[in-house]
Amino acid sequence: MDDLYRELIIDHYKNPQYRGHLDPNDIHFEDDNPLCGDHIEITLRVDGDGKVYDGRFDGKGCAISQASADLLVESIIGKPVEDVKKLSKQDVLDLLGIELGPVRLKCALLSLKVLKAGVYGLGESSDDLVE
Amino acid sequence: MTLNVTTLRNDFPILNREVHPGVPLVYLDSTATTQKPRSVLEAMEAFYRTNNANINRGVHTLAEESTAKYEQARDAVAKFINAPHPGQVIFTRNATESINLVAYTWARHNLKAGDLLILTEMEHHSNLVPWHILAAERSLELEFIPVTPEGLLDLEAYRLLLAGDPKLVAFTGMSNVLGTINPVAQMVSLAHAAGALTLLDGAQSVPHLPVDVQALDVDFLAFSAHKMLGPTGIGALYGRIDLLESMPPFLGGGDMIKTVHLRNFTPNSVPHKFEAGTPAIAEAVGFGAAVDYLSGIGMEAVAAHEREMVTYALERLEEIPGVKVLGPSAENKGGVAAFTLEGVHPHDIAQILDRTGIAIRAGHHCAQPLHEKFGITASARASFYVYSLKEEVDKLVAGIYDVKKIFE
Repeated sequence: MDDLYRELIIDHYKNPQYRGHLDPNDIHFEDDNPLCGDHIEITLRVDGDGKVYDGRFDGKGCAISQASADLLVESIIGKPVEDVKKLSKQDVLDLLGIELGPVRLKCALLSLKVLKAGVYGLGESSDDLVE
Repeated sequence: MTLNVTTLRNDFPILNREVHPGVPLVYLDSTATTQKPRSVLEAMEAFYRTNNANINRGVHTLAEESTAKYEQARDAVAKFINAPHPGQVIFTRNATESINLVAYTWARHNLKAGDLLILTEMEHHSNLVPWHILAAERSLELEFIPVTPEGLLDLEAYRLLLAGDPKLVAFTGMSNVLGTINPVAQMVSLAHAAGALTLLDGAQSVPHLPVDVQALDVDFLAFSAHKMLGPTGIGALYGRIDLLESMPPFLGGGDMIKTVHLRNFTPNSVPHKFEAGTPAIAEAVGFGAAVDYLSGIGMEAVAAHEREMVTYALERLEEIPGVKVLGPSAENKGGVAAFTLEGVHPHDIAQILDRTGIAIRAGHHCAQPLHEKFGITASARASFYVYSLKEEVDKLVAGIYDVKKIFE
């Protein structure tokens, strides 16, 4: 249990490296977790080769949701958008380095849901995106 | 009369469990659902072991026994709220379904475009969304009694709203977030003077306070068994008899009919008219056992114990730097202490408290508009019931200091 609040997560929650909003941007999406009202917005800039060259997240929520958003944005900078589309639940859990129960999993995966709805250019996000 | 909580806790087997090895349960989430005493568990098991049959239709012994048990439960629940007649208690799935029943039958049958309904800003989603749905369908007007910064209903504003000729005032007896105990009798009498009917959402008040439908003079009362020591899957709607008789049926199916032909049916009498299909029979038996248990303690004693708990909890919580308790002071409050902790999301508070076995709720507690009103997205909520101990508040406070340490 203590792992959940290990330093990495508290650190990314308190001192996020990628908090902000890019304007202009190429990709922009936001969504809420209806369970707790957590909110995540992600903005990305994509270069001519289809690679993410900058990204930011904004929002409010618990340490898990905000830290996972910071870690996720950090992890995709420099990556082709096509690779971002393939990211899975497990990739986020690997970034966080923790195990989560079904309720907290939704907190951790909110940023991935938002990110994938954005890169796929979908009108709305869906839980299927993070299976 | 004061409760002997230490002895009473022996009636609740779950309170002996450990959440993690060596870490006992500190259950502070009774506003979400309560734990069940052995008498409820045993009544339900005994029903399945010895009586189980479908009710109302069968003529064999088991069917007769089951029907009798189901109706005894209705009698017990009716007596618990002092309903004039047991037939005025309709078994539903929960308070939510009870409110929906009124929205879909009485309101749909009687309200027309432009009619006004008055709700409050402190309602649970279950007493908002059914009205949103109906208002959209029937072009009804909705107005809301505002909540003051102290967490009380603004009764002056209510008087002004009543001048708009409302047809129904639907409101909670006790807020599931602020804990505010609303002045129900006064609000009902004002509504009646303005020509409106009243629906009381008793999901929180019926489990925690003495509720007498005749003294309060409410027209409808909705509540759930699982928030008052009973099982999930069953709740009740009390209604004034003339209203219930004039209302069209809710769901169609078996039991709710007198006769059925290929192209039409005639509805059964109250309460069966509103109980389509096989109901939750064992759960009704459990519900009956739950109200028997509460009656044995006495609701005055339940309310007094919670008052003592919440007074102590507020005192202890408010001494923690960064903690802000929502809602009114203890004299207007049931056993609920919702709070925020500066710089820490409620989910994180709840998760860290869970390490020490403490179960609280975190989120908007199905009262999103109320949280918006107070400018927050979520809160942490500790809530108390008959089995709650002051030592558990002490553990909560120690746990919050641990949370602060992690996030500082």
